Amino acid sequence: MGSTYLLQQLLTGISLGGAYALIAVGYSMVYGILMLINFAHADIFMMAGYFMIFSFAAMPWPVAIVVVILGTILLGVTIEKVAYKPLRSAPRMSIMISAIGMSYLLQNLATYLFSALPQAYPAIPGLKKLIKLGDLNSSMVTFVTPIITIILVVLLMMLLKRTKIGMAMRAVSKDYDTAKLMGIKINQIISLTFVIGSALAAIGSILYFTDRMSVTPFSGTLLGLKCFVAAVLGGIGSVPGAVIGGFIIGITETTLIAMGYSTFSSAFTFLILIIILMVRPTGLLGETLTEKV
Amino acid sequence: MRVKNPKHTWYSILLALVILAATIYLEFNRSKYGMAVSVIQKSLIFAVVAVAMNLLNGFTGLFSLGQAGFMAIGAYATAMLTIPVERMEAVYYMSGVVPWLMSLKRALSVLPEPVLIIIAMLIGGMIAGLFAFLIGIPVLRLKSDYLAIATLGFAEIVRGIISAPQLDQFTNGSYGLKNIPGFGSNSLSFMPDGFGVLLVPLFASTILIGFIVLVINSSYGRAFKAIREDEIAAEAMGINLLKHKQMSFVLSSFVTAIAGGMLAMFMRSIEPRAFSTIITYDILLIVVIGGLGSITGSVLGAFVVTFAKDWFLRFFDVPLIIGGFQVPFLRIGFRMVIFSILLMVVVLFYRRGLMGNSEFTWHGFFNLFRRRLKRPEVMAETSGGSMSPIIIAPGRDQAPAPLIPDPPGGEPEEEADEEAADE
Amino acid sequence: MKKLLSLILTVVLVFSLVACTSDSSTDGDQPASGDNVIKIGVFEPVTGENGGGGFQEVLGIRYAHQLTNTVEIGGEEYTIELVEVDNKSDRTEAVTVASNLVAQNVSAIIGSYGSGVSIAAGPTYEEAQIPAVAPSATNPQVTLGNEYYFRVCFLDPFQGEVMANYAFQDGLTKAAVITQLGDDYSSGLGNFFLKAFEELGGEIVSEQQFQTGDTDFKAILANVKNAEPDVIFAPSSVATAPLLIKQARELGIEAKIMAGDTWENQAIIDNAGADAEGVALSTFFDENDTSSPLAGEFVTGFKEFLNGNDEYLNKNGGDGVAAVSALGFDAYNVVVEAIKVAQSSDSVAIKDALKGLSLDGVTGSISFDENGDAKKDMAYIKIIQDGKFMFDKTVKTQ
Repeated sequence: MGSTYLLQQLLTGISLGGAYALIAVGYSMVYGILMLINFAHADIFMMAGYFMIFSFAAMPWPVAIVVVILGTILLGVTIEKVAYKPLRSAPRMSIMISAIGMSYLLQNLATYLFSALPQAYPAIPGLKKLIKLGDLNSSMVTFVTPIITIILVVLLMMLLKRTKIGMAMRAVSKDYDTAKLMGIKINQIISLTFVIGSALAAIGSILYFTDRMSVTPFSGTLLGLKCFVAAVLGGIGSVPGAVIGGFIIGITETTLIAMGYSTFSSAFTFLILIIILMVRPTGLLGETLTEKV
Repeated sequence: MRVKNPKHTWYSILLALVILAATIYLEFNRSKYGMAVSVIQKSLIFAVVAVAMNLLNGFTGLFSLGQAGFMAIGAYATAMLTIPVERMEAVYYMSGVVPWLMSLKRALSVLPEPVLIIIAMLIGGMIAGLFAFLIGIPVLRLKSDYLAIATLGFAEIVRGIISAPQLDQFTNGSYGLKNIPGFGSNSLSFMPDGFGVLLVPLFASTILIGFIVLVINSSYGRAFKAIREDEIAAEAMGINLLKHKQMSFVLSSFVTAIAGGMLAMFMRSIEPRAFSTIITYDILLIVVIGGLGSITGSVLGAFVVTFAKDWFLRFFDVPLIIGGFQVPFLRIGFRMVIFSILLMVVVLFYRRGLMGNSEFTWHGFFNLFRRRLKRPEVMAETSGGSMSPIIIAPGRDQAPAPLIPDPPGGEPEEEADEEAADE
Repeated sequence: MKKLLSLILTVVLVFSLVACTSDSSTDGDQPASGDNVIKIGVFEPVTGENGGGGFQEVLGIRYAHQLTNTVEIGGEEYTIELVEVDNKSDRTEAVTVASNLVAQNVSAIIGSYGSGVSIAAGPTYEEAQIPAVAPSATNPQVTLGNEYYFRVCFLDPFQGEVMANYAFQDGLTKAAVITQLGDDYSSGLGNFFLKAFEELGGEIVSEQQFQTGDTDFKAILANVKNAEPDVIFAPSSVATAPLLIKQARELGIEAKIMAGDTWENQAIIDNAGADAEGVALSTFFDENDTSSPLAGEFVTGFKEFLNGNDEYLNKNGGDGVAAVSALGFDAYNVVVEAIKVAQSSDSVAIKDALKGLSLDGVTGSISFDENGDAKKDMAYIKIIQDGKFMFDKTVKTQ
């Protein structure tokens, strides 16, 4: 036991954290721009799981992956256009209820279409290969998840820092109204945010579900909350913050389960939230915002 | 404010009597109307939770999603204290009962059962209130979004802790609690044989909802509404934001927990899984359909949604074949899809729900028919799309926005309306 | 547009109230649908977590009903009508659905698959004084302290003991137990196994729990692996089973995996594939057991019944005879027999008749003890081999 056991648990934790990070980025970016907790984000992630099951059965796997990512992006953007855009000037409560309503709708729709029973997730060749390092057993996907996460996030950071469109996104998140006055096409930027968030959710879903092998209509519920906590922990609106938050939550959760406190693992996540809100509401890497009259 | 029409008071009294008569009729024929009785009980309980949620979401502008957790606290407190002492061993058959809980129960068993139930519910309510207070300290200072996430998380924590194997001797973790006395329990009624299954919850919910109505009509209620309209302005007017938010949150959680106790009595056996986030979303659906900021709306919403969902829309879930032709879409889960679409439609196009933020009054009720008959085109114009055509608010010709609290007397009528229609 | 929508919404809501009104009147005013009909309620989950198994149980009941759909009371022939409801494997739902059954004046109730829903509905039936016979609810709490609840299967303490014996006799002395939090079947059975195994002198090296809805068991399985057990006992739902099995094998755990009756479901083999090989479970019935002519007759007849209907065949996952179908069949016959003995459609008389009843069922002889539990002393152990459930042996205890 000893070191192998610890390594095994650490690997599980890091891999879980990687998947959390990809989803947390989506929450963080949407919140940064729209000041909206996109409750439906976790369900977009869940739907991506179902997309994969069906497209995998119909086409070769590399095509299936592309189709899943495109399908998820389409779903994410449609949700924004249908459920959030008409309410942009409405009270914040309405748009939040709309987000919850969307989440409720997607869950119920998935239950209706695919039944509440778990559906087996297809094994993507290569990702499911068993790897043995001494006593350490794991499938390929567990190893690659954190690596893919880091690569994607670095790419995203470059997009935000180096390109014009990235600058526009940062401007909108800094000051929505001024950015609008500066001639930035707000709708375009918001759509782009949803495109990026959904694409990351789709990739996250492929990695997450390949590792866990089944999808249910409620796969996203608790996971979404945890990822939002990760985003808050890292500082909402900050991409690297969300990634750090994701890894922290993933590793602590695995540690707690390994210690035999699986009941308290989700409880602990929310305890982290409450503590961070008390001590440092802006999160690890967040900036302070003051509300203007 | 309008001058109170004495005729309307009489209508209210008449309506209250009609509900009472209808309830008593149902009580005597409850074996015949088993389904109706069970759905009305559930509606009454959900009406209380919805009104409590509305106090927070609709009247104070705070967004809490912890209903499932607070209900679980109330339900477990009520269940643990009211399960008959002699049945405890059988219920905690796996790990036994914590000695102190047993001694507490023995000490309490001298009390008559109705008193015990009330005490148990109050204890549940106070525990929930205490937790709400503790969560409120850090979270209420922040934007209301954080409250939503923190309370949603809190509900998960509660569920997790209740089912923890480490607490088996206390909450009976995974095994759930049963043998909880029901509303028709002999000791609760003056007549034998389960009489009271409807009257008891009816009185309980009327008292609880009445309590919230009193709070809303008090000066605290006006402060809550001021906070909802504009926090910064309210603060400038000298309203202590934190104190009032705390108060609204604690009160709402207190009442929610008591309703949770009622739910335990309704279900007779509870388990942690019964208190998942789904229940919170169901209540949100009721509040939104009824109208954020309307007590009567929430009550009406509770009845409409519960009746529809638990009873007459059930056929949506059953495949139907007419003459060899399978009716499309009808199969398991369709009902809930319809409800979620309904929620989205209300949120997007019909934001005021059934009642907007107005209350039911006779004046409005009669106006509804009058206007309908006389000047339909004017009505269409004034209702401006987002207004409910069902019941038109009183005094709409005057100032529309920041609502004027209507005189009390709207609340119980609504239940009557519903129940009268149910039979 | 908005006006139109609001109008539609209003119409829907008004319609809802009207529908309620008409609904209640038809529900209430209906006399017992003619004089010569006797209604039996079927309270089973056909959707939700236990939907698959519940439906198999319903099939057994329907088959039994097809064979015997009349009963003679006082020289007059009564037609038996089944009133089927879906409790959705959900406790809250179960209470409402149970009141629905009571409202329809059923004389007796059969159900349910899954102990949780039966426990939830128990008080409703007790108050309405309608006897209920559970085909496969194995948790002791179902019948305990409820005079009106009976069952035709064995109980979890027995099942736990059987599996503990089976494992121990195979020379497996170190066990790990994995249970689902918030599920009384899983936690209960796991606990009974644990107690029995320790009594035999075995060692429990690891006890793990997971939350309902979890799909990632790596962390707890890593703990299990670390404890190096010979056998893993993991009673859980059909939905969880394949995930647990596959993830355990993926982590390189080679210990034998065992569970209870719920795992006798083709879906587990379909989803877990080769990893499911060697999994052992206990169950109530085996179609290849030829010792009882009654059972043989049932198996042949039931297979024909399944093959005659594509939907049944499809949902059953082939024409294999599930133990729960046999139990459903027995439960129905027990109720009919009780009606015959009582010579009445009165539910209290049926309850009294059930108490003293003795009947040879396809799953063995059935008579009830003071709690209303069938006195059963035999379980079948099956092992998954070549993608099929193969009968291994029967285990008896005293």
